[in-house]
Amino acid sequence: MTSAESSLPRRADEGGRHGRHRRGGRRRGEQLMVPKAEFQSYYGRPVIKPPSWEARDIAGYFFLGGLAGGGSVLAAGAHLTGRASTAKAMKVSSLAAVSLSAAALVHDLGVPSRFYNMLRVAKPTSPMSVGSWLLAAYGPAAGAAAATAVTGRLPRTGALATGAAALLGPALASYTAVLAADTAVPAWHGVHRELPYLFVASATAASAGMALAVGPTRENAPARWAAGLAAVADVAVSQAAERRLGMVAQTWREGRAGTLLKTAKALTVGGAVTAAVLGRRSRIAAVAAGAALLAGSACTRFGVFAAGTASAEDPKYTVVPQRERLEAAKAKAETAATAAETEKG
Amino acid sequence: MTDVTDGTGPAGPPSTLASGGRGVPDGMDPHSGRERVGFFTDTSVCIGCKACEVACKEWNAIPEDGMSLTGMSYDNTGALGASTWRHVAFVEQTRPAPEGRTELPLLGGRSGAGTASGGGEPQGAGVPGGATAQETVEGGSGGDIRWLMSSDVCKHCTHAACLDVCPTGALFRTEFGTVVVQEDVCNGCGYCVPACPYGVIEQRPDDGRAFKCTMCYDRLGAGQEPACAKACPTESIQFGPLDELRARAALRVDQLHEAGVTEARLYGEDPEDGVGGDGAFFLLLDEPEVYGLPPDPVVTTRDLPAMWKHAGVAALSLLGACGAAFVAAAVTGNTGRGRG
Ligand code: SF4
Ligand code: SF4
Repeated sequence: MTSAESSLPRRADEGGRHGRHRRGGRRRGEQLMVPKAEFQSYYGRPVIKPPSWEARDIAGYFFLGGLAGGGSVLAAGAHLTGRASTAKAMKVSSLAAVSLSAAALVHDLGVPSRFYNMLRVAKPTSPMSVGSWLLAAYGPAAGAAAATAVTGRLPRTGALATGAAALLGPALASYTAVLAADTAVPAWHGVHRELPYLFVASATAASAGMALAVGPTRENAPARWAAGLAAVADVAVSQAAERRLGMVAQTWREGRAGTLLKTAKALTVGGAVTAAVLGRRSRIAAVAAGAALLAGSACTRFGVFAAGTASAEDPKYTVVPQRERLEAAKAKAETAATAAETEKG
Repeated sequence: MTDVTDGTGPAGPPSTLASGGRGVPDGMDPHSGRERVGFFTDTSVCIGCKACEVACKEWNAIPEDGMSLTGMSYDNTGALGASTWRHVAFVEQTRPAPEGRTELPLLGGRSGAGTASGGGEPQGAGVPGGATAQETVEGGSGGDIRWLMSSDVCKHCTHAACLDVCPTGALFRTEFGTVVVQEDVCNGCGYCVPACPYGVIEQRPDDGRAFKCTMCYDRLGAGQEPACAKACPTESIQFGPLDELRARAALRVDQLHEAGVTEARLYGEDPEDGVGGDGAFFLLLDEPEVYGLPPDPVVTTRDLPAMWKHAGVAALSLLGACGAAFVAAAVTGNTGRGRG
C-alpha cells in the first residue's frame, strides 16, 4: 500500500520524488537520462481521485448486470429449444439479478432519493446515463419474461419479453465495461478496448454457471458449451489486457486485485472443465461447476475494481505512462526533424 | 420530463467530443456569444500566503474539512477536493551542484524584466506587483533550497470529462465557458470523481453530492472577478478573458526565459492538448508532476466512440457465443429433450 508510505511526514526532496534523478545541467536538448519507471510526484499523493464507489455496490453491480444480461440470452435459447425448466429458472434469475443490481446502484448514490435524476437527460457521452436507460428498458422486459414464465399466463407476451430481454441483455453485460473505462483510472481506461470483451466473457461464465446450477442435467449442454467458451475468452482477453497495460499491469497482478483475478481464473477454468467433464452426468458436479463459475465471475469484477482503485491511489500509474507518452512524442518529433534535415542536406 | 440533450444541463451549450462538437472554441463561448474567461496562475510570483484558499472558503461558504497537519512543508490543505477549491502546494527542493542552473537573488528583481545582464548571471525576474521569483539563498552563495509554491484549482477544461460523464446533467457549461455543478440536480453518483484527469472534483462524505470550484459563478454574473483572484496580493492568480491571459502568459514566459529562468513553462494553455486546453492554466517552474499535476492529461471521453464500438462488438459476441453453444449442443446430439 502506498498510502502508508506516503502519509509519513517527509520532504519533497526525499520521499516525494521516488527514485528521483535530477537531470544534470541543461534542460534543453538534454539526453533522456531518466530511467523508465522513475517518476516525481507531490509527496507521493495520488494525481487523480480514486472512485468513491463501494466495491460491494459497484463491482457487485457489474457482476449482477452480467448475470442478468447473459442469463436472458441463455433463457431465450432455452425457451426456443424447449428446455423449459432451465428457461424458467434463468428468467427468474435474471429478474432477481437485475433487481439487486438496480438496488446496488441506487444504494451507492450520495443522494439515493434523487435516483430519478438519472432519467432527467439522455447523454451518450455518459455511460451511466446510457446504462440507466438500458436498465429502465431491460428491467421491465426481464420482469415480464419471468412473470409470464412463472405464472404460465400470456405466453405470447412472455415470448416477446424474453426476446426483448435477450436483445438488451448483452448490452447490459457489456456497457458496464465502458462505465469503468470511461474514467481517468489507469487500470481501467488503459484497457478500454479489451474490458468489454472481458466483461461479456465474465457475464457468460456467470450465466452459464447459473444455468448449470439451476437447470436439470439433461438440459445443460448449451450451458456447458457456453462455460467453456467463456473460460477460453476470459483467459485470452485477460492476457491481452495485461499486455496492453504495460507497467500498469502490476495493478492487475499484485495485491488484492492480483489475488482476486488469479482466483477468478482458477474458478472459471475449473468450473468450465468440471462442467465439461462431469456436468452431463452428475447433478452435484453441475451445481459445483456452476457455483465455481459464478464465484469466478464475481472475483473477476471485484478484481478489476480493486485494480482500478490501486492504480488511482498510486501516482506512479498516472505519471509514468503519461511521461512515457510525452517522451515518445518528443522522440518522434526529433526523429522527424532530423529526417527532414537529412533530406534537405 | 425527459430532456434529451447531448451533454449539458439546461443552461449549457453542447460540450464535447462525442457529441460531435469540438468543445468550446478558443475565446468565445458559442452559446452565449460571451467571451470565455479563465485563470492564469503564475506560480513564479506565488508567495504561499494562502489568501486565495481563505477567500474561496469564505466567499463560497465551504465547510471545514480537516485541521490536521500533513507534514508536507507548509501545505496542510493536502489536495483539491469537495471542500477545497483552491489548494496551495509547497515544494521544497534541494538542488545539487548549481552547474548550469538558474539562481535568483533573494532580494533582486526590481530591475524589471528581460534585462539579464552580465554573462549568464540572471537577474530576478521583475513581476507585476513587485514580488520576486522565489529562490531562497541559504548560507551565502550556494543557494540549495528552492521553494515552489502553486495555487491549484479546477482547470475548467475545454473538454471536461466530469461534465461529459455526468448522467444527470448536474454539471454544465456556463455562459462564461466555465464548468459548474448544479447542487440541486446532482444525485451523488460519483461518476465525475474518477473521470477528472486532475483529481479535482469530489463528493462530500456527509452530503454525498459532488462539489468543485465554480470560478465564482455568482461573482462573474455580477461582473466581479473570482474571490481568489481578488484576494491574491501578488497577482499570481490572474483572471480575465482566456485569449488575453494566454497572450499575457506567453509574454511572461519569454520574460522569464530571458531572465535566465529556463525552467519556466506553461501548463494547460495549449488548445491542442489532451483536454483541449484548460480554462485555468499555469506557469510552472518544474515538471507538472512535481506539483501533483498530470504531465499529459487526456479527457477520457476522447476514446468513448472506440469504447462504444468495442462494447457493441462484445455484446454481439455474447449473443453469438451463446447461440453457438446451443448449436453445438444440438450438433452433439443433446436436444435437451432426451432422458439425460
Ligand atoms: S479539472 Fe476536472 S473537475 Fe475541473 S473541469 Fe476539468 S474534468 Fe472537470
Ligand atoms: S456526482 Fe453529481 S455532478 Fe458528479 S457525475 Fe454524478 S450527478 Fe453529476
